[in-house]
Order: sequence, then structure tokens, then C-alpha cells
Amino acid sequence: MASIYRLLRCVSRDSRLTNTGRCLFLQTRCAAVSVGSTEHTLKVRKRIEETRERALLGGGPKRIESQHRKGKMTARERVKMLMDPGSFLEYDMFLEHDCSDFGMEKEKYPGDSVVTGRGTINGRLCFVFSQDFTVFGGSLSGAHAKKICKIMDQAMLVGAPVIGINDSGGARIQEGVESLAGYAYIFQRNVNASGVIPQISLVMGPCAGGAVYSPALTDFIFMVKDTSYLFITGPDVVKSVTNEEVTQEQLGGAKTHTSVSGVAHKAFDNDVDALLQVREFFDFLPLSNKDPAPIRECEDPWDRDVPGLDTVVPLESTAAYDIKDVIQGVADDTNFFEIMPNYAKNIVVGFSRMNGRTVGMVANQPKVAAGCLDINASVKGARFVRFCDAFNIPIVTFVDVPGFLPGTHQEYGGIIRHGAKLLFAYAEATVPKITVITRKAYGGAYDVMSSKHLRGDTNYAWPTAEVAVMGAKGAVSIIFRGKDQAKNEAEYVEKFANPFPAAVRGFVDDIIEPRTTRRRICQDLEALAGKKRDNPYKKHANMPL
Amino acid sequence: MAASMRMQLPSALLTCSSLRYATLSRVFSTSRTVYTTAGNKKEFYWNDKYNPDEPMFEKILIANRGEIACRVMKTCKRLGIKTVAVHSDVDSLAVHTRMADETVCIGPAPTSESYLKMDVILDAVKKTGAQAVHPGYGFLSENTVFAAKLAEIGVEFIGPSSKSIHAMGDKIESKRIAMRAKVNMIPGHDGVVKDADHCVELAKEIGYPVMIKASAGGGGKGMRIAWNDKEARTAFRLSSQEAKSSFGDDRMLIEKFIDNPRHIEMQVLGDKFGNVLWLNERECSIQRRNQKVIEEAPSTFVDPAMRKAMGEQAVSLAKAVEYYSAGTVEFLVDSKKNFYFLEMNTRLQVEHPITECITGIDVVHQMLRVGKGHKLLHKQSDIPVNGWAVECRVYAEDPYKNFGMPSIGRLNKYIEPLHIPNVRCDSGVQEGSNISIYYDPMICKLVTYGDNRTEALSTMVKALDSYIIKGVTHNIPLLRDVVTEERFVKGNITTKYLQEVFKEGFKGKQLSSGETNELAALAAAVYCKDQLQSRTFKNQNRVPLTSNLPLKWTLDITIADQHLKVKVAKTPGKYEIDVNGTKISINDGLNFSSPLIDANVNGESRLFQLTKRLGGGQYKLRYFGTVFQVSIMDEYAAEMKKLMPEKVVMDTSTMVLAPMPGMLKSVSVEAGQSVSEGQEVAVLEAMKMQNSLVAAKTGKVKAVHFKTGTTVDEGDVLVELE
Repeated sequence: MASIYRLLRCVSRDSRLTNTGRCLFLQTRCAAVSVGSTEHTLKVRKRIEETRERALLGGGPKRIESQHRKGKMTARERVKMLMDPGSFLEYDMFLEHDCSDFGMEKEKYPGDSVVTGRGTINGRLCFVFSQDFTVFGGSLSGAHAKKICKIMDQAMLVGAPVIGINDSGGARIQEGVESLAGYAYIFQRNVNASGVIPQISLVMGPCAGGAVYSPALTDFIFMVKDTSYLFITGPDVVKSVTNEEVTQEQLGGAKTHTSVSGVAHKAFDNDVDALLQVREFFDFLPLSNKDPAPIRECEDPWDRDVPGLDTVVPLESTAAYDIKDVIQGVADDTNFFEIMPNYAKNIVVGFSRMNGRTVGMVANQPKVAAGCLDINASVKGARFVRFCDAFNIPIVTFVDVPGFLPGTHQEYGGIIRHGAKLLFAYAEATVPKITVITRKAYGGAYDVMSSKHLRGDTNYAWPTAEVAVMGAKGAVSIIFRGKDQAKNEAEYVEKFANPFPAAVRGFVDDIIEPRTTRRRICQDLEALAGKKRDNPYKKHANMPL
Repeated sequence: MAASMRMQLPSALLTCSSLRYATLSRVFSTSRTVYTTAGNKKEFYWNDKYNPDEPMFEKILIANRGEIACRVMKTCKRLGIKTVAVHSDVDSLAVHTRMADETVCIGPAPTSESYLKMDVILDAVKKTGAQAVHPGYGFLSENTVFAAKLAEIGVEFIGPSSKSIHAMGDKIESKRIAMRAKVNMIPGHDGVVKDADHCVELAKEIGYPVMIKASAGGGGKGMRIAWNDKEARTAFRLSSQEAKSSFGDDRMLIEKFIDNPRHIEMQVLGDKFGNVLWLNERECSIQRRNQKVIEEAPSTFVDPAMRKAMGEQAVSLAKAVEYYSAGTVEFLVDSKKNFYFLEMNTRLQVEHPITECITGIDVVHQMLRVGKGHKLLHKQSDIPVNGWAVECRVYAEDPYKNFGMPSIGRLNKYIEPLHIPNVRCDSGVQEGSNISIYYDPMICKLVTYGDNRTEALSTMVKALDSYIIKGVTHNIPLLRDVVTEERFVKGNITTKYLQEVFKEGFKGKQLSSGETNELAALAAAVYCKDQLQSRTFKNQNRVPLTSNLPLKWTLDITIADQHLKVKVAKTPGKYEIDVNGTKISINDGLNFSSPLIDANVNGESRLFQLTKRLGGGQYKLRYFGTVFQVSIMDEYAAEMKKLMPEKVVMDTSTMVLAPMPGMLKSVSVEAGQSVSEGQEVAVLEAMKMQNSLVAAKTGKVKAVHFKTGTTVDEGDVLVELE
């Protein structure tokens, strides 16, 4: 309840309102000829104030309280916290739905079931919509869709990101096809905006049915643990169709989507944590594809040695280590915002800064499944690489990959098709690409992981690097059909299990001491800042989907 | 000599300082060395005596690893002796391996397959042509067979004769000898305890409490205290098992356990000509589970007369066994300054550096000289008590659990506080090193010294605050708390100190309200600076940035469930912070990327560390040694946070979790079996300690998740109850 009163206080203090008020008042004085018109003007003014108050209350105190009881913030509270204080400017607060069936004409809320507008995050422009669960359960009406489309169109016009906060029961059934059309209008804009402005979806409540496809079309989906769900059909329908017993959480909760399906990119503990962290995440991104990757001031010395990296790779070439030690070791202030930390953990992707500049980090994770590439890892990596490429974010790749995962499961699942996605993404990318081979770079996976041959700009090898078609054992059993296995293996290891074969051919530009990796990358990023490369003109490529 | 001074290690690790060696004939002003840190105040081995022309070994092998191997090598390098390191395969890149002139891999990680493998080490000695072997401490340092086998191939064992080791290594034998040498003794049973029943019988005879310990033991392994019959039985069983696995010898002893005792030991040094010196005492009372944590020399409790008496008894014992090389005679001291012989350690002790600090003698050098057959050049009157030295053992362990349960991990960031004068760090790790389950979890011996105890302790506080260790849980919070704790500062300590001072276990630094305010203010400064830094985009001008930077914040800071209202105003050059009405000013221009931050708080210097930014206004700050999680939110976020539901914490009473990483020695229950509260369900071996894991409540076993012999991680659910 307290927050509602605060909202009301907010209204009375709202500066724009007072301005408008004064303005009206002045006009009234100038034009005050008849008593009737003064009255009328005052009445209008009152009506504006009242409507605004009603709009700010959304579905009313009761529903707000119920939203709070569920551990969720309201649409407006979310927007307020996401944006810099006082920066949010709302659009279409007076827009209402125009449905007249099923008695809907009697139930109208100014602004309908979504809050839209623009504001700044750490000083940078951003557009936002936030679905209001307290109004018709956040359901999507024609009016609701119109509001979202309006800010998306403007965001495209000026080139600024859109953050969508989803908390909606689904389509406004009373409106029928009007509502479905609304979804499609949004989908179309999501698609048009894809690769032009960053689009972030924050799922902070239910998002079911056709509605899921809007977040699915955006660049990143973040969820909140225990209070958000994404599914095409809910547990009841699942039960009636397939007779499966499943809870909402199991079917489409944050855990499911961040660890099993790979639909969502990260989950946060609660609304507050999610909003605060998305603000930090936002700082990594450029406003549009016309802007460079952001550079911020950095106090962590760019030429800092990282002595710990000298021993991070174990001597035994089959022993595991944590590639995140390498990423955090080189990154500014060890800061690494990991994307999809719980899905396809054999590849690690996320954002860091190097000397203040945003970079996308991609790395094989030897700790999980030996860091091999499988279907999920390829798709995860490919999507991240494409995002970075679309938004001018340089890509730093750490390679320790024994190859693609073999087996019927992978082959039947289409590892050829999916693996090709990562290959495609790297080959297509025109942003600066810096690659460090920390240990194994075997077979086709070597080619895929941002190799020199795929237009890698600078490629380095650590002294522990081994670039070869395959490991010694397998290679020898093929070349020599198992004859003198031990002797031939030793010869193979001598010849190939070191960085020289790649270095003498110029496939790596240098063999570097691990401790100097941060410095080298920072220097290269500086040099590559002016990189210009265009792919041949095409309508669009035909990526193996 | 100069040629051997070349550093083989990253220069960041070691600092050079010029040293001077006083010799019998002249003052020898020599070159620079890879030794430590001997600050500006006092040069390190200012009282080390030797004849520069005397012959010395040309090459020695160090049959050990970690800090002690490095310690021995440093002296060797200074003397121009070539060094051979032996190492297990996981230690191939370890500091001691990199530091040596030659290296030999002696097997896989487990010590029983590498550092304890006598034959392989003997082969290495032969292969490399080393003339002597320094065994360090632990491993083969007190192994008479090893010493004898070396003698067979004509290689000098740097340590006492195997006769002395045998005489003193066996606790029963050593007691008899000590008694004959007129050393004060503790009441106990003169002989081996046969079995658990015999143990209980003897315990009753001597009277509880009793101490049950392995005859071959040392370092707290295979040692337990019992207060009643039931405990006596358990103690006997566990200790004898431990003794068997650690020393291959399960003979057990029993004796009266002295309540409220101090543990004070006397360093002795002898040569092969019958000269034995005592190098003063070390106070080693701060212990947990019978393992030392903090040591100092001299002891606040020992007066010159007592020192002399202890020293003389120690020397008389050493002479009785024709002892040569370095050794330590341990005494238990009661509150009336009576001291009783405990045991003699026939090796270089872990805590020898503090003795070196106050006597100016390089004990390792003297051991080498004695091994080579030289006479000691010191007389007893040449051994001073010069200044005060304190040693903190920095361990990779969690001090919040039972004053220290081993932890493992990788030292992602590691910087020793060597920039501070009068600090010496004996360690065998560097940034990037792994602390594994296979070996002792000690990271470093942090030694500080000064003209007096106050000075040494205040340097220690600064050194602990400046010590940067990330990636591994460590015991600095506990050490930092102890060295400033009232009783410790007064010198009022016993071996029960930790249990008495931290009755509920160590809970981290308990902040006073003033300290809490200050921590909040520091955290607020970090937060505000981060907020400002996230506005410093340099290349985002296509759409104009809003330029009005925030200069005032109203924050809600949570530190350990305590909420503080904090107002911050940024003025030129500083942050003016108001914490619940207290005004605190902190200088601007602090670099929070730096691992150690020296802030100016109300005009005073405050060392703290920003350990981690967790995102979303969550920070980890190390302040007074303890890492505090601090949550910082603006007013609005804090208000909203109140609406957020509490996350449910998992009920762990029905589970038996691994308290630390290690190997399951045995699992004594199976699914379906009923267990009662307190019943042992598994034994976990970690860092060579056996830990009995018990059921927290009575119930039926639902599932056993691990088999005997498997390696488990901290927090793994071993056994689940219904």
C-alpha cells in the first residue's frame, strides 16, 4: 500500500504536470472571455489530472498489492528502477482499448495494459515497454500492441535499443483476431529491428502462447527465478494433449530455459537484481549498428602482466582447467558478464571490457566435455558471434578444442548443420577477431574457432598450443595402422604437438607468453579499431538454419 | 658465488636485498641474493658464522616440496651450491621445481607414490650425483631407513644421525632417554598401548584427561585427547588408523593431558664434535587441532632463568643422543612455569624463521656446514635474543569451520606483502599455483620482526591487510583477528587459546559500530565511483548523452543483516559521507582496480581490498582481514528489495555433506540402514587428516552417493537420510 501512496505523491509532484497546468492556466487567462469556457478548461484540466492518476495506478491498489505479494514489482516500478532517476518519459498514457464486446467497453484503463516510453540508462538513450499484469493480466490488446509498435518505430528511427519487460497472461481473448494481429505487428518490428538496434527481453512473469515469439526474436532473454515462465502451451494443455504431468516451473521456468532448452540467456534471483544487472549489461552494448562498441574509462592497467596465466594450462594435455580463469585474468577488473552460463557449458561466451572497450569473449571450456564442440555449443557460440558482429563488438576467442563431439546422438541431431552455424558466423564476421590458442586446436574445430583462414585478424598461440588434425593416438593408428604405435606416437607428438607447425606457416602470428596476453589483446584492439571490411553485397546470406 | 644468484623465478615473486655476513675472521660484505625481504632495518643473517674458505657441498638434492624446498634452495643459491629438486608430476611447474638447477620427476601426485618413495629418490640422488640430501620437514625427514640408505651410498643426510633420529623419533624410547638426561617429564604410561581396552585401562590409571598419540607421530597427526572412556576408545581407533596411513606405524602412546598448557619449544643446533647450542625458545601455543597457527620468538612467558634452564635441559638431552644438526625440543609449560618434555623433533622445524630473525643465524646454512663436517663457530654466548619475531601460518583453509578446514583451488591473484619492511615470506607458491588435496595446505609462512613485540605485531597487522590471495579460501581473517585480540596482545595464551577466545567458533571479524560505519562509508565510495565510471563513455556521442552526473546519493547499505542509511556527497577531492549521522570523509582518486586500496578515511590511512564486484550493487570487501559481503542500493531499489521474497535455504540436516574436498576413506552405512544421531557414517581423508563424519539426526539412510575410495568436493552430499 505504501508504494501506492508514494505513487500518488509522485503524481502531484510531477514536474511535467505542473508545467502543463501552468500553461493551461495562462491560456485560460488570455482567452478568458466567457465563464463557461473557464469552467470547461478547468474541467478538462481536472480530467487530465484524474486520468493521469488512474493511469499511474494501473489495475488499482488491490491488484498492485497482489502483484507485490507474488514477489513481483509493478510495471511502473520496474521502469522507474531500470531507468536513470527522473529520465523516463512516458508515451500514450491516455491510450485505451476500443473493444466493445463482452462488456469490455465498460472496463477501460488509461494506458491499457502496458507502460511505454523512453529514458536513459547511465546517460544513454533507451526505449522501453513494460507489460502491466495488474491491467487485464497484462493481456495484449490491439491498443497494447499499438503502444509497443510506436516506441519500437521510434527506437528504429533514432537508433536506440529497446528493452521489453514481459509480464502478460497472453492474448486479449475478447478482442480476438485484433490481438493476434497485434502480436504479428510486434513480431514484424522485432525482425526489422534485428541487427539494427539491440533488443533485450526481460521476462518477469508469465509469457505464454504466441507471445513467447516476441522475446524469442530479440537478442537476449533474461528471466527471473521462480516468478517467470515461458511456454507455448501451459501445463493444463500439455496434460490434456500428451497426458504429461508437469509444473509451470518444470515446463518453462527460469531453470529450464537457462539450462535445458537454451531459450533464455541468464536468470536472476529477483526483480530488483534483474533490473540492476540489466542496467550493467546495457552498458556493454552500442546503441545501434551504426555505433561503435562502447569505450569507458579504465583504471586497470592495459599492459598489466597476468603471471597466473603461465601455469593455468596443466602440463598433462588431457587434464582439465577452467577457461574462465583465463577470461577473467585478461579482462578489465576480472569483470565478465557471462551469457548462458548454465547451458552448453563446454563453450563460454559473454562480455568483458579490455582497456575500457567492450569485447565479446568466446572460449572452449576444457572443464566440461573436454571443451569439444557439440550441437548446443555450436548454436550458442554462433548466436553470440553474430550478435557481436552485428553490433561492432570485437571478438576475442580462446581455443582449446579437441574437435567436434562424435557419436550417433550428435550425427542424428544434425551436428553437421549446427556446427556449420558457428563456422558460418565466424567466417561472416567482419569485426576485429583476435584468437588465442591456449592448448588443443584439433581438426575441423580448429578451422571453425576463428582461425586465420576465416579472416582472423591476429591469431596467437601459447607455448602449450598444439595445432593438428587430431591427437597423436588416433593419427598414428590411421597413418601407420597401429604399427610401432609408441614410437610413431612419439614422433607425431614431436612434430605436431607444439605451436611450430602453425607458426612456420604463418597461421598464427606469434607464439606469446601467456602472461602477456592481456597486453597483446589490448594493443591489437587499438590497432584494429580502424578495421574496415565488407562482405559482398547480398540480400541476406543463407545461413544453415 | 655471484653466478648462482641468478634468479630463476619471476622477479615479482622475490625481492633482492643486499645482505652482509659476519664471519669469524672478518666482515664479509657480499653480493645480492634472491633472499627475502630483509628490510632496511636489520640485515637478515647478521650473525651467521662460517669460514669463507671452508669446503662445501657442490650439489645437494632436496627431498621435499613447497616452501621448505624453496627455503633450503635459497640458502644453497646464496652459497653457490647446485640444487636438485624432486617433484611429483603435478608439481612439474611448482615454484620449487622451477627454482632448482636440476629436476627429477619421481612419480604421480599422491605422496605415497612420489615424495615418500625412497627408492626413486635414491635413484635420483645417484643419477644427479648429489653429494647430500636435505629432507626438509615431514616426508622422509625423520626416516631412519632413508638416512641409513643414504649413508650406504656415501651421501650425506642433512640432519642428525639415524641413531639420534631413532632414539628421539620413537616417543617411548625418547622418554626413557630424556628421563636419564634429567629432563622434566609428564606423568604417563611408559610403553605402547596394546588396544582400545588397554587404552581405557591406562587412561583410568593416569586419570582423565589423557592424550593418545602415535609413537611415530608429529605435527598433530595421529593425536587425540579423550575426557572419558568412550572418547578414549574412538581416539585410539582413529589415531592408530591415521598413524598407519601417515607413518606406516600404528603404535600408540598415552599420557596425562595437561590442562591450560603452553607449548614452548627450544631450538638446538649441534655439530659432529659434540658441541650443542640452544638458539632460544619459540612460543607455539596458538594451535588448532594440535597444529600450530601462530608462533613467536621469544616467548612473553619465558624469563632469562627459565630460558636458560630449558635450554640447558634441551642441550643435555641432545648430548645424550650425540645429536648433531638442527633439532627442536618441545616442552609443555604449565601456568606455574613448570615445563615438561614433550618430544624432540629431529629435523628443521616449520617455524625456524622466527629463530633466525632473533638470532641472526641461517639455520639451514649451519645444518649444511655440520653435514659437511664443520665445527659450529658460535659459542652459547654468541646467541642473542635480538628483537621479536612473529610467524603466521597462512593456510588454504576455511577458518569459519572448526578454525580451519582445508580448502583447495587456484591462486588467481597472489601478492605477498613484501613491500613492507621487516616482512619475510617463506612460500612455495606464486600467482597461478594450485593448492591441491594431495599436499599440505600451507600457502606461506608470513614472518614479521621488529625491535619489540609491539612493533612486530603492528607490522604483522599491516602485512596481513596487504596480503592478496584470491581463488582460495584462506585463514587470514582468523590470523588478523588473533594478532589484535586483547588476550593475545597481552601474551596471555595457552594451547586452548582459540577455543577459549572464540567459544562459538570463529565467526569473522566482529565489527564495532564505528567500524561498521567506516566499512559502509568505504563501500559507498566504491559504489559511487562505479556509478560515475559507468557514465564515462568516450565514444557514444551520436545520440547526445545526458550530461548531468549524479553528485549526491542516498543509499541503503546492508552489512551482515545490518541496514545503514548512508548519504554521499561528492565534493572536489573527496566523498563526504554521512552514515546514520556519523560524518566520514574519504579521499577521491582511489583506484579500485588496484588489488590493495589505501584509503584516507577522516585523515587516517585504511588498507582494504575490493575482493569482488558481484554485480547488482553487491560487493565483497576485505576489511580487518575478513571478507564482508556488502549490498548497496539506492533508496528506491532498497524499498523494492523489501517486496522480494526470501529464497528458501536447503535443509541440510538430512544430509551428510563433505566439509572439505578429499578422499572417502570409508563409508560405514548403506541405504536402508538406520542410524542414530552422532553415528559415524563415513571417514573423509583430506590433507592426510581423517575426519569422522556423523549423522546430524536419527533416521534411516535414504541413499549413499559415493563409494569408498572416491574423491569428493566440498559440499558434495555423501549420505542422505530420510
